[in-house]
Amino acid sequence: MHENLNQLAYVYAAYALGVGGTLALVLQSVAAMRRAEARRERSREQ
Amino acid sequence: MHGYANPARFLRLARLLTAPLLVAGALLTAAVLFWGLTRAPAEQLQGETVRILFIHVPAAWLGMGGWSMIALASLSELVWRHPLAGIAARAVAVPGAFFALLCLATGSIWGRPAWGAWWVWDGRLTSMLVLFFLYCAYIALADAAERSGQGNGRIAAIFGLVGAVNIPIIHYSVIWWQSLHQPPSLGASMLSGNSPMAAPFLLGLLASTLGFSLLFGGVVLARMRTILANQQAEARLRRRAMELADA
Repeated sequence: MHENLNQLAYVYAAYALGVGGTLALVLQSVAAMRRAEARRERSREQ
Repeated sequence: MHGYANPARFLRLARLLTAPLLVAGALLTAAVLFWGLTRAPAEQLQGETVRILFIHVPAAWLGMGGWSMIALASLSELVWRHPLAGIAARAVAVPGAFFALLCLATGSIWGRPAWGAWWVWDGRLTSMLVLFFLYCAYIALADAAERSGQGNGRIAAIFGLVGAVNIPIIHYSVIWWQSLHQPPSLGASMLSGNSPMAAPFLLGLLASTLGFSLLFGGVVLARMRTILANQQAEARLRRRAMELADA
């Protein structure tokens, strides 16, 4: 550590990426699953 | 494993497990990351930046573990022709790529205050970047196979197997080559109870790895259900179109 850096700013950036990215991955996967399963049910009813 | 070759049987199990895995993973990950951000002690050498450990290391393990799963599923698809193996491999690819990228990004953020550089071309970082590119190529190959109607995706499966050669390279890179990256903190020493990592960091790391792994499992099951539902809907629509053409 040779520079006078605000270490917590780097920690917050890493946590924001980790939490935000993981949340986006989970929500996108669940939404795609729901859409696909609804499409399958519609094709069954047709 | 062939007991779950029947998609209907697999779907019953997947419906049972998807939500509990996601909920348990979200609660555990949120609790550990909150503890890591607010309660974990600063470390003597790394200072506050040691808190990045609880995201960076699980992301690295899941990035590497994801490709190991792709390789095993590809082997199962090529050798035993397990009908769900290709679907499992495709379902792992996007979350695996995400965690490889998260490992690179959080490592870069950690590297700036620790090494004074966002990026260095050493063995560990470069081989991890190669893993991310392998994931991108695998996703493109599997999508191309799906679009061209070659549902079995043999080329993607062969690529999944060959790409596994990068996993031991990532693991041993910090031993084989001079590197700014620290050598493995865990491994045989942990099993013998002599880990060089202090207990609070070790326990926090294991808990965050379990939390992220549960989320990874839930996401993979959700993506497998998506691929199966799309395939079943398309098969039904094709059958209906053929019936209409015959009538």
